[in-house]
Amino acid sequence: MIEAILLTIVTASTPLLLAAIGELVVERSGVLNLGVEGMMVMGAVGGFLGMMWTGNPFIGAIVGILFGMALSALFGFLVLSLATNQYATGLALTILGLGLSGLLGEAYVGRSAIRMPALDIPVLTDLPIIGRLVFGQDLIFYVSIALVIGVAWFLFSTKQGLTLRAIGDNHASAHALGIKVIRYRYLAVLFGGGCAGLAGAYLSLVYTPQWAENMTAGRGWIALALVVFASWRPARVLAGAYLFGAVSIGQLHAQALGIAIPSQLLTALPYLATIVVLVIISQNRRLTMINTPASLGKSFVPDR
Amino acid sequence: MKTTLLTTLATATALSLTMAPAAFAQQDTAEACFVYVGSATDGGWSQAHDEARQAVDEHFGDAVTTRYVESVPEANSEGTIERLARSGCDIIFTTSFGFMDPTIAVAERFPDVKFEHATGYKTADNVTVYNSRFYQGRYIQGQIAASVSETGTAGYIASFPIPEVVQGINAFLLGAQSVNPDFSLKVVWVNSWYDPGAEADAAKVLIDQGVDVITQHTDSTAPVQEAEARGIKAFGQASDMIEAGPTAQLTAILDTWAPYYIERVQAVLDGTWESESNWDGLADGILTMAPYTNMPDEIAAMAEETEEAIKSGELVVFTGPITKQDGTVWLEEGEVADDGTLLGLNFYVEGVDDQLPQ
Amino acid sequence: MRIELIKRGTPSATLRYLSPIIGLTLAVITGAIMFAIMGKDPAVALYVYFVEPLTEAWSVHELLIKAAPLILMGAGLSVCYLSNNWNIGAEGQFIVGALAGSIFPVLFTGFDSFIVLPSMVIFAMVGGALYAGIPALLKAKFNTNEILTSLMLVYVAERLLDWLVRGPWRNPGGMNFPESVRFPEFARIPQLMPADGRANWGFIASVIVAIAIWVMLSRTLKGFEVKVIGTSPRAGRFAGFSATNMIFFSFMLAGACAGLAGIIEVAGASGQLRPIISPGYGFTAIIVAFLGRLNPLGAIVAGLVLALTYLGGEAAQISLQISDKATRVFQGALLLYVLACDTLILYRVRFTRTPRATVEAAE
Repeated sequence: MIEAILLTIVTASTPLLLAAIGELVVERSGVLNLGVEGMMVMGAVGGFLGMMWTGNPFIGAIVGILFGMALSALFGFLVLSLATNQYATGLALTILGLGLSGLLGEAYVGRSAIRMPALDIPVLTDLPIIGRLVFGQDLIFYVSIALVIGVAWFLFSTKQGLTLRAIGDNHASAHALGIKVIRYRYLAVLFGGGCAGLAGAYLSLVYTPQWAENMTAGRGWIALALVVFASWRPARVLAGAYLFGAVSIGQLHAQALGIAIPSQLLTALPYLATIVVLVIISQNRRLTMINTPASLGKSFVPDR
Repeated sequence: MKTTLLTTLATATALSLTMAPAAFAQQDTAEACFVYVGSATDGGWSQAHDEARQAVDEHFGDAVTTRYVESVPEANSEGTIERLARSGCDIIFTTSFGFMDPTIAVAERFPDVKFEHATGYKTADNVTVYNSRFYQGRYIQGQIAASVSETGTAGYIASFPIPEVVQGINAFLLGAQSVNPDFSLKVVWVNSWYDPGAEADAAKVLIDQGVDVITQHTDSTAPVQEAEARGIKAFGQASDMIEAGPTAQLTAILDTWAPYYIERVQAVLDGTWESESNWDGLADGILTMAPYTNMPDEIAAMAEETEEAIKSGELVVFTGPITKQDGTVWLEEGEVADDGTLLGLNFYVEGVDDQLPQ
Repeated sequence: MRIELIKRGTPSATLRYLSPIIGLTLAVITGAIMFAIMGKDPAVALYVYFVEPLTEAWSVHELLIKAAPLILMGAGLSVCYLSNNWNIGAEGQFIVGALAGSIFPVLFTGFDSFIVLPSMVIFAMVGGALYAGIPALLKAKFNTNEILTSLMLVYVAERLLDWLVRGPWRNPGGMNFPESVRFPEFARIPQLMPADGRANWGFIASVIVAIAIWVMLSRTLKGFEVKVIGTSPRAGRFAGFSATNMIFFSFMLAGACAGLAGIIEVAGASGQLRPIISPGYGFTAIIVAFLGRLNPLGAIVAGLVLALTYLGGEAAQISLQISDKATRVFQGALLLYVLACDTLILYRVRFTRTPRATVEAAE
């Protein structure tokens, strides 16, 4: 029972975690991509189409990543090469992604995908409570955990990670030091797009193996909130994603137990909780000031 | 068999049910138009209507052209319906409850166009309402669920607390109680007709809480997929979901609007179309049951027997004695619920483990 | 080949007006290509999209109905964005405004007086402003990211509306279906020309409000303050302007506009509350604000253009069976093109084919 509930929470949290860890890197480089929802839904349709074409959910996941990256490349071209307003461009990306994915997936609505198989190791997977949780999940789950560790290591233990953070904090000085600001940012944006795409593919290949219009249902926006929630620290993104997953699954459990609270209030709970947590986090100025990339959202045009 | 709503309903709506005096002329061709609240390929409610539209196309060949507008938001649909009325449609089917008042408003301005509004209750000289007694299928599902369940508890994934959904929950439980009087039902509201993620979450939560059969009044195949993955049983909704749950789906309630649409379009061609209030059931073919699968033969036989009894009128789902959830008597022994009450149903019968959102 | 941006000495005045037109043209070309790929004659499709809805009087009325909320919210959001306040929750403020304004016709159905309609309008504007005040307060007081809070509040507002029309505000004579009573005639916004179509005075109100905001921005000190704080918070501080007050001012102004749009929608075209009262006007208004170059007068034009894409999308479905998703792709592409073209105002774009080494040196 407890194992099953935890497993449900982990599944609900993984797409949030994936999209958020990607966006974290993007924001650390000083770019704010509000188009996570759009890239995620493109990843979902891409994953499903890839699976349909090849019959292989793993190839599907790769196609999903590529779809997310393609949309993020468009974003990168606009905000990095043409220095457009990042907020507006991100919003446009979301509108475009939702429309385009609907168009591409139109013929596939209601079809079932081949669910990505879960790991099954004899003995280990059958361990009580933690067996399934630790040794019996799908590949993407392990990728999400690896990404959190990898991003934390990259940002705080490598020279390139330090450079990326420096760019995010002050792109003008970084540029003056001879760092290729735009190139770093392009790579960060593409990484974020890939992560969002994989998060989408997780939805259409693992979470609910099918394609449905708007199937991200606002998860991209939650991922954005999680990055702020985490004050741009990878480990906190992990905690935040699982907390959010727990709240949204918890309200369903409350309902199934027959607790008489209006379901509208319960379904609004995750959003209200996000607001409350955002307030608590941002209130602590010392904490946010240290980690907030100072150049976040500002356009950068290199002088000649 | 056409079931006409009782006069109590007509007075409740304050709109007269009297027929239009004008006789419509016979015609060789017609245009039939459809307004969908969701995408025509949503895999659920709107797709079922669109499949019926295609059946109309096929049935009449060149005599009838069909057109549709999809994803029409219920907010402010009047302009969309008017555009169709002006574009030469002879009959317009508006297929969601939220289109009710806009349909009536446009119908007033276009007396020569016939309108058919699904699941509402307001009629006019040129507006018919039609609906399906989905709850008859739910009763059969309840019987099957109680027969195959080992835990004695089923899960119900519900969309919104409107009468149609409440009818379904009550009918399901009544069917289940006819087999196992102690059967209980857990309800989760996802506040959406179509949200695969939320529906899958609801299914997982219900399964985690120990139900071994789930049914849904939402449109995506996600709950059936989840049931398949977790090795429990489920019922499809709106369309046959056997592909999503080859070993999980017991049966499904199929929305088969095609016979009704063909009949009404034919009436337009014949010049015999009249304003009606149609609430049809299993006997009329407006809903049908998918094959009874993944269950022992004797349970399937029982289900078929119940289906026949409902069709023949021998079994009426909401027949007393029925007690409300609060313990008061709703229907005395042998008493049959009137359609007016059913159409506005807003209470549970005894045994539902949930508080109806008010 | 690389793209290089060279800053202009002064922003190009010609391009300031030309850039949305270039963006629109590019979007239309993209649309034509998309229609061709879908197997439709692009010329016919474009005609159906952009011309057919304007050929009949009643359809023009429908255009005005759809344009009114877009213009109002687009104009209000322009002030937010100009002052660097990223309110993307107009949709929620629209809903709460509509709810606040509906208190009279829903709870006091029998109260027939000439003050009902004005009170509804005032309540709606106050309701929208207060709801927008929440993210403003959180940003001003706790430094909380307003993009996320204003968006989260949209979902909360949607649930609130849903709860009200299914519960306390449900029409008692409505067979327990989720909708409020129909507003009585005295609580409806009068129609402009009932003989021709359904458009109401809400459209006139939206144009007046947009013009008023334009006057405020271009002719008053407050407008100067908005722009100074938006372009340079530091300069604003030196000038003695309070960025904190500006957060409240811009958010609540946009909220009041959204609230007004909400009541115009429910007391105008709809005449009652339903579980869903907006087809996403609050989000489309973001495009309107940018397409209008963050100028309220531009928002009037942009609102009409976007409203036309809605009607055109419908017409295209009816006569050409073009999917409604195509309309959304078109809207997204339009916004991206306009943003890209805006670059031309501030920068000269040069395509260089120089060898890699030189470019890197230049970087």
